[in-house]
Amino acid sequence: MHEMGIAQQMVTIALDAIPDDIENPRVEKLNLRIGKLAAVVEHSLSFCLEVMTKDTPLEGAELIIDEVPVCLRCERCNHEWQTEIPAFGCPACNNGQVTMISGREIEITSIELADN
Amino acid sequence: MEVNIQKRVLAKNESDADRNRAFFKEKQVFVLNMMSSPGSGKTEVLCRTLENLMPDIRVGVIVGDICTTNDADRLSVTGAKVTQINTDQFGGDCHLAAHLIESSARALGCDDLDLLIVENIGNLVCPAEFDIGEDARAVVLSVTEGEDKPLKYPLMFQVADAAILNKIDLLPYLDFDAALAVENMDKVHPGMPVFELSAKTGEGIEPWLFWLRTKGQLPLLNQRFRRGL
Repeated sequence: MHEMGIAQQMVTIALDAIPDDIENPRVEKLNLRIGKLAAVVEHSLSFCLEVMTKDTPLEGAELIIDEVPVCLRCERCNHEWQTEIPAFGCPACNNGQVTMISGREIEITSIELADN
Repeated sequence: MEVNIQKRVLAKNESDADRNRAFFKEKQVFVLNMMSSPGSGKTEVLCRTLENLMPDIRVGVIVGDICTTNDADRLSVTGAKVTQINTDQFGGDCHLAAHLIESSARALGCDDLDLLIVENIGNLVCPAEFDIGEDARAVVLSVTEGEDKPLKYPLMFQVADAAILNKIDLLPYLDFDAALAVENMDKVHPGMPVFELSAKTGEGIEPWLFWLRTKGQLPLLNQRFRRGL
């Protein structure tokens, strides 16, 4: 249940991002990028956020998650590929030394505020 | 109105981990993060490892558990400097975050250590996600678990630098296919060294110790005297 810690950080970042000059701000949407290999369970995260955002401008905000695929690059032959299965050897040259280009993201991209 | 943010949520943990890395580098201590599911025999592997490394190599251990000091008590017997983190005080967390390691490492004092081992909380999911500023990561799998665990928890086996397949003394009594387990680890992390051993009997421990000594460039006692440390 590290989603609670992740949710805590998300709330801090999102609240900090609300411009000071808005009266009674209300966040409608929280836009996230989550890598497929990041150990984040969506329903756990939304549960944690629901609990933590009560009585804050984030209460009731909709979670919009952009799922990022797992992409790798071979350090030997520079081949780049996307994988749907947990097998990370290079399909071109069988090398095991690979760089993960994407798939581990846990990012807040933006918040959308309601028009007052 | 949309407010652009573009921030990594774990950025705070990452900066805490970077601070730890600088601290460990200054103290010239090699840090190993040991992870596994509960019951894989991680503490027994550590006890056996410490028995073999000490006193030539000066070792400290940070033990993470949700509750109890049982593991720390077992490890203290080896003579290593041991400190316990109970995450219960911090909300029953499932992993050790970098800021917890920072306070424990400073409390433990790293001046007289060559090697600091962090025994993470038994969990194959969350600890993989949190950088603590370590130099290397090892994951322990035991033959009483499933051969497909590397496929079920790919991130853990992907981020590990080495794996231990523990409790091989039990193989004659189980249907566990050790070759398949190693093959699955190789699928997730091709080329990762896998050490098949029994922490209980000591069988197969030497290659693991050799890897650890080499990876950490751990000095032998007589070398340390020569270097005037």
